[in-house]
Amino acid sequence: MMAYKMKLTASQEAVLNGSKGDVMARVMETMIRYGELFGAESMVPVTGKYNHLVTSFGLKALGPVYDLMEKLIDAGCTSVQKFTADPRPLDKNVPSSFIQKIVFDHFMYSKQEYYESQLDKLGLLEKDAFTCTCYMDEVGNTPGPGDVLSWSESSAVVYANSVLGARCNRNSGIIDLMGSIVGCVPYFGLLTDEGRKATWLVEIKTTKKPEAQLLGSAIGMKVMEDVPYITGLDKWLGTLDEDARTYLKDFGAATASNGAVGLYHVEGITPEAAEQKRALLAENPKVYVIDDAELKRVYDSYPVIWKNKDARPKLCFMGCPHMSMNQLISWTEKVEKGLKESGNEKVVIPTVFTAAPAVLKKFKETSYAMRLEKTGVIVSYICPLMYMNNPLSASMPVITSSNKLRTYTSARYYTDDEILEQITRGGKI
Amino acid sequence: MKSFKGRAVTPGNITAEALVSHGGLNTLASFQKALQFGDKKATCGDQNNEDLYGKQMAGKALCLPRTIGSTTGGLVLYCACSMKRQPACMLFSEPVDSLAGAGAILADVWLDDVTMPVVDSLGEEFLEYVKDGMSVTVKENGVVEVEGSRDIPSR
Repeated sequence: MMAYKMKLTASQEAVLNGSKGDVMARVMETMIRYGELFGAESMVPVTGKYNHLVTSFGLKALGPVYDLMEKLIDAGCTSVQKFTADPRPLDKNVPSSFIQKIVFDHFMYSKQEYYESQLDKLGLLEKDAFTCTCYMDEVGNTPGPGDVLSWSESSAVVYANSVLGARCNRNSGIIDLMGSIVGCVPYFGLLTDEGRKATWLVEIKTTKKPEAQLLGSAIGMKVMEDVPYITGLDKWLGTLDEDARTYLKDFGAATASNGAVGLYHVEGITPEAAEQKRALLAENPKVYVIDDAELKRVYDSYPVIWKNKDARPKLCFMGCPHMSMNQLISWTEKVEKGLKESGNEKVVIPTVFTAAPAVLKKFKETSYAMRLEKTGVIVSYICPLMYMNNPLSASMPVITSSNKLRTYTSARYYTDDEILEQITRGGKI
Repeated sequence: MKSFKGRAVTPGNITAEALVSHGGLNTLASFQKALQFGDKKATCGDQNNEDLYGKQMAGKALCLPRTIGSTTGGLVLYCACSMKRQPACMLFSEPVDSLAGAGAILADVWLDDVTMPVVDSLGEEFLEYVKDGMSVTVKENGVVEVEGSRDIPSR
């Protein structure tokens, strides 16, 4: 048996000693060693109703992961909770070349069907439970305040912690599943009151509502993995309504990908900040002031890694993380208006809006779906990251207003207004 | 020769040539291409990392502040280890992050014939001192010895 310092319950110790078999004992050992690395002294039960996994793609390169999953399935080590998972990597509706199709279907993601069957055996919530925005009402994996989670997917973790008040560390893939197999996670970091204190005071002093993805990027790159307490944003957000939640979804994803933020507090808006106010600030926090000039500095600092920097965009992706229902509706109106003003009938750059399958299903029940289709915009459940993460797509000039997609791929970032201009009017910004 | 003392996350003894990243290692972006296309040298595919892009990572003493990016990071490291395309060791100037820590532990617990010593908390001075091509010896107590010419530009 491994040597450990953590205080375990009798049942946790029994599992570690092999009461539920060797594989389960190794799962427990993994979670204990993971926790001890970060100073955890105990394990706490996972209390959220559902789990969420980052690994949704049958990428051939991840063969060892599928072998490990098979080992878990064979030993009967399935998830205590049902779970959602990140978006699927493939959708025939998304434009791709003949070669891309062959590479995607027969090479890169040739394990997709096999891996989905593994997820099904391990506890997938339902066949279309694939989205990075599992917390949307339409999807139904929405934890409550104080719920302890074993989630991964950086954008979902930061949203669950910050906007919903749940408690979750930035877990890696596989660790996410193992926590819900043993039903407990090590108590450290963002699970603790101390770990949720802000060590940065971020003061927003812009003259207009900051672009969510740009502001998140600036804060993420500055504070990295620390917790920021943000003032001056409540003036622009008002209350935590649907628009504010959508803003915070995009803002948080940028903080988590451009840095490694797992929790932020927005004064007067997010639940813990509304309740505890500046008592959430640790002693002597570092200060970061963001004004118009600072946002411009950050925007101008992004490298353009296209071979031909003046290339005409071949594709536009919106929805990383997946778009909300109100985003789909407001963007339908914006694209219609932009096209009317430019005199074009359809978008001039192939454009894909991505959202959760459950959100798309509801959207398609509205009149907006037909209106959006008329503009030429394609809707999909795909993960734009998984589409872009290969040499063929990396050489394509793709534009986006997602700072997460910009960070991980060769996609070029533009603000929402600039994207609208590009897709409805074309030409250079 | 200069010694640094860190914490042994996954202990081990090894000597390898240093490869230095001054920014965070984006694990998925760095390894995906190599794992996908059978590149045994694990050439770094992250275009945003000017220190590592295009360089061999497999078998090197990878010196870095931390890893960044997708929460697939841990399982990507696990896969690199399983496919024997991992760095000889990973040496962090900062405390290890939850993704790299998970990857190191997953490999240590679930893979029987793979070693990748990981040491963290080596301090900023370590990353300022070590340069590409220097010889790095890791001991199982977390001591890291660096020797060789510091004239080799690391960028």
